[in-house]
Amino acid sequence: MNPPRILPELAAERTSHPALAAPKHGLRRVARGLRALPRSPGLTRIATGLLVLWAAVSLSFAAIQLAPGDIVSLLIGEQVSTPAIEAAIRQEWGLDEPLYLQYLHYLWRVLHGNFGRSYILNTDVAALVSSQLWPTLKLTGCALVVTIVFAVGLAVLTAGRRWGGRLASGIELVLASTPSFWLGIVLLFIFSFTLRLFPVAGDRGFASLVLPAVSLGLAQGAVVGQVLRHGLTRALDEPFALTVRSWGVSGSALRFRHALRHAALPAVTLAGWLFGGLLSGAVITEQVFGRPGLGKITVDAVLAKDMPVILAIAIFSALIYVVLSTVVDLLYLLIDPRLRERRTRH
Amino acid sequence: MSTESVSYLPSLAISRASSWALRHSPLVLAASYLLLCALATLEPSWLARADPLAADPLAAQLGSSGEHWLGTDQLGRDIFSRVIHGARYSLSISAAAIVIAVLFGTVAGLIAGLARGWLDELITRLLDVVSSFPDLLLALMLISFTGPGTFNLIVALGVASIPRFARVVRSQTFVVMESGYVEQARTFGLTFPVLVWRHVLPHAVAQVPILATIGLGGAIIGTAGLSFLGMGPQPPTAEWGLMLAEGRNYLYNAWWIAVWPGIAITLTVMSVSALGRYWQARFEGREYS
Repeated sequence: MNPPRILPELAAERTSHPALAAPKHGLRRVARGLRALPRSPGLTRIATGLLVLWAAVSLSFAAIQLAPGDIVSLLIGEQVSTPAIEAAIRQEWGLDEPLYLQYLHYLWRVLHGNFGRSYILNTDVAALVSSQLWPTLKLTGCALVVTIVFAVGLAVLTAGRRWGGRLASGIELVLASTPSFWLGIVLLFIFSFTLRLFPVAGDRGFASLVLPAVSLGLAQGAVVGQVLRHGLTRALDEPFALTVRSWGVSGSALRFRHALRHAALPAVTLAGWLFGGLLSGAVITEQVFGRPGLGKITVDAVLAKDMPVILAIAIFSALIYVVLSTVVDLLYLLIDPRLRERRTRH
Repeated sequence: MSTESVSYLPSLAISRASSWALRHSPLVLAASYLLLCALATLEPSWLARADPLAADPLAAQLGSSGEHWLGTDQLGRDIFSRVIHGARYSLSISAAAIVIAVLFGTVAGLIAGLARGWLDELITRLLDVVSSFPDLLLALMLISFTGPGTFNLIVALGVASIPRFARVVRSQTFVVMESGYVEQARTFGLTFPVLVWRHVLPHAVAQVPILATIGLGGAIIGTAGLSFLGMGPQPPTAEWGLMLAEGRNYLYNAWWIAVWPGIAITLTVMSVSALGRYWQARFEGREYS
């Protein structure tokens, strides 16, 4: 017969008893100290964001260390190595130092926005990334506008309507299943090659931005639109909708002014996912339309194994993701006062 | 049992099945399309006779005809045959990636859910970090270490989708461990591994097949996207994403090279997601709409 197993709840109770829960080592004492701090959900969220960011940077450092093969040849990539370049890498990454110093060194450099040099392009990585940032930001910004306009339009027009809802659900399924780059190719063929309305490739003013933004934004818009439409349908069924209608407010004003606000809350949580989708999509869309930007340097860097560039882009995208999701969570706390009260985790 | 009911039952079953099929005709279409895809994956030569790799420069960039149903590409290869043979690569790569994600995600989620405490915290944070990189970028990062190739593409895509499965399994494990029947089972004096294997795991993973089906759609798009960028199988492989990349350069003269593989991708993803959503609605006890 096995000894009776302690139920986890009981075990938790035992350790939480002050007499039994004497801190055994420093880590637990630190944890207890942190727990005693006044908890504000906003601060917790920011702290979590910083933690995730630190871990992302550490993970990329670990990736370089754990990757098979010699670090120097990894950092040189496909470039032919010369003793001068090797010496430069050894010096820059402090490869002769012990590992923990290398790590601190790396953290310090990243904290100062120094991502090292690309030995393939022979440039400073931070300068390279920031020079390619603007075209990509333009593209993702315009795609975001397409996403929001499409999602809100589709949801407001069709929510709560029987056939409208079915039609919208079909449109969403088709668009969400279409690879955005294939949509780009089709749009390119129709509007650039056949109708000659938009330029074929490159980054020449607003006209060259339309097709990439539409092809990138529609697939995302389908998913966001679906969430919005469900929220809107639910909001229109609530008692407040009837009350507002009884004031003599028209149906479309009810949808736009009152119900949309309720529906927007769940859609706002998608922001982090939306950003990831837009950035990933931009990498491919830029290739389809031959646009300059982060996508082009990312693909070139991956194919040439240009590690410093890849790490910089990875850390940069993690940074944006963390900042964005933290801001969204804080906004959420501002919008919905009910969440401020709750202290439960997970 | 009377003879009447014997002759009556099958016809009733058939009429019920056909009325179900009529009400759910999009689902039936999706399932039949996927069956075709499965056939194309297992035995493509039954559907398309022409060799997908046989080039014929004299018959390059032809439109659709009786001989080449969907036309030919820039090297004179039969596009219909390439699209059919492409199913094998696109589907097996994405399915293998999902299998990796399900296996590792389930194990990580189960460990986190059972261990609680610092191990749970560690795994959860690690998942947070992994998912703070956009899927495709994470996959690109992993490929930059390993280099392009079919196997590396599978691993990269699989690792990028681990968090999704791990999170669900973890929270379900929590729920199951709290439930009355596990408490009950514990009082029988079962050893821990037996308890987990027989009573916790089956319920913790109940939703995983549904998630995997829905995730497969995303994986197919991801596979096509990464091979479009040249990170997966290399030419002259007949893979849908790769065919799109090649067709992009001949858009002006021969639009069909890039259009057909894209339609194949879209139809496949649509069928998979429609089935996944229907399944999910059934699981949650909703009517599918």
